[in-house]
Amino acid sequence: MNQSTYYDPADLKKFGKISEFEPKLAEKFFDWYNEVFKEGALTAREKALIALAVSHAIQCPYCIDAYTKGSMSHGVSNEEMMEAVHVSAAIRGGASLVHGVQMMNKAKKLSM
Amino acid sequence: MIKSLKARNHELSSVNQQLEWLAGPPFSTGDLPSFKQKLSDIGIPQLIPSTLDILQMNIGYMCNQTCRHCHVDAGPDRKEMMTRETMRQCLDFAVNNNIQTLDITGGAPEMNPDFYWLIEQASEAGISEIIVRSNLTILRSNKKYFDTPLFFKKHGLRIVSSLPFYKADKTDKQRGKGVFNHSIEALKALNEVGYGKEDHLKLDLVFNPSGAFLPAEQISLEKEFKKELKETYDISFHQLLSITNLPVSRFLEFLIDSENFDEYMDTLVESFNPSTLLGLMCKNTLSVRWDGMLYDCDFNQMLDMKIQGKNQQISTISIQELTSRHIKTHQHCYGCTAGAGSSCQGVII
Repeated sequence: MNQSTYYDPADLKKFGKISEFEPKLAEKFFDWYNEVFKEGALTAREKALIALAVSHAIQCPYCIDAYTKGSMSHGVSNEEMMEAVHVSAAIRGGASLVHGVQMMNKAKKLSM
Repeated sequence: MIKSLKARNHELSSVNQQLEWLAGPPFSTGDLPSFKQKLSDIGIPQLIPSTLDILQMNIGYMCNQTCRHCHVDAGPDRKEMMTRETMRQCLDFAVNNNIQTLDITGGAPEMNPDFYWLIEQASEAGISEIIVRSNLTILRSNKKYFDTPLFFKKHGLRIVSSLPFYKADKTDKQRGKGVFNHSIEALKALNEVGYGKEDHLKLDLVFNPSGAFLPAEQISLEKEFKKELKETYDISFHQLLSITNLPVSRFLEFLIDSENFDEYMDTLVESFNPSTLLGLMCKNTLSVRWDGMLYDCDFNQMLDMKIQGKNQQISTISIQELTSRHIKTHQHCYGCTAGAGSSCQGVII
């Protein structure tokens, strides 16, 4: 095996092969996964855009490739995709910053 | 406006060059199976036709637009036009063989000076369904076409029109600057005479992805299109037909230039769905070129893959010869078998 990087774009289409080591759990996962993305109270388009934002939050390159394509196939515009990425980044940034309150509480408690 | 491959004397204006790309890597290297191999792997040695329901007449390659994804390489410079004589031969064939549907396409079919004559004759001959694939903008391009929606209505034609998206940016990028606004005007003109509103005046839209990816589910796209077009422009239509772009002509050029060819072919092959095979359009449709030559579909026509057999002309072909033939395939056929499948009538399953 000659692997020069941790992530290989070609591995994305091998996702289904995780069943090779544990078929039962993989089957349950993929059934559930496919069900999740079906049109429901949220449209398939909205779900693709949420998936794209989450892909950025968890920084999964496979997911970013897959859901950029997925969003585009639903006609999502470049502006909409970038706004979704900003939402993701804002939540990540905000999640760090909100801990500043904890820091302040602790600092105030420790201070004379 | 971009020019046709032919006007640019581009190497892909040669059919052989296109076929070389389709036969080359990743297929020639064995990285992906050829379409024939894929069929044979699932025990289907050949595709054979079923009942012939639709005669698709391509009455000329001339078009007022030069869309970037066009598999016809149509454009204002294309002079190929079907004559009345060939139209008459098509009509005779349709009537004699009880063909239910005429599907008239181009280019912009309205630009053929005998288009109106053809519709009148077809209507008189009692063909039960006549489809016209109108690019919409032609209806607003010149005053002489302004009454065409009324002409469509008079003959109860079903209108199928491309609108890649319900917003201007994506539409204009694929089809040319200003196309979206003119298309909206044309849709309003069609709605005004009842198209898209009354049940018997069918107005369907066609969605093509604006890039190297497959379309999303037809039903979810249709919902979005209906909502957006109604809310923003007060436009109604019946169905959205989502059609996969096939690697032919100008879409092939885009795939090669953007270095998406391998990945796109890989996506098509990975998405191969055997349950689309029974509903493929080549099984119940016959495509006629402007000069009367016959093909299994409009894509084969653009690759000049004529039907199997010695007799390949509408003027002399018999239904027996057609039903006993095998359908010719190549790697572009993966476009019709990917996912939910794709045909000129939208998804297959």
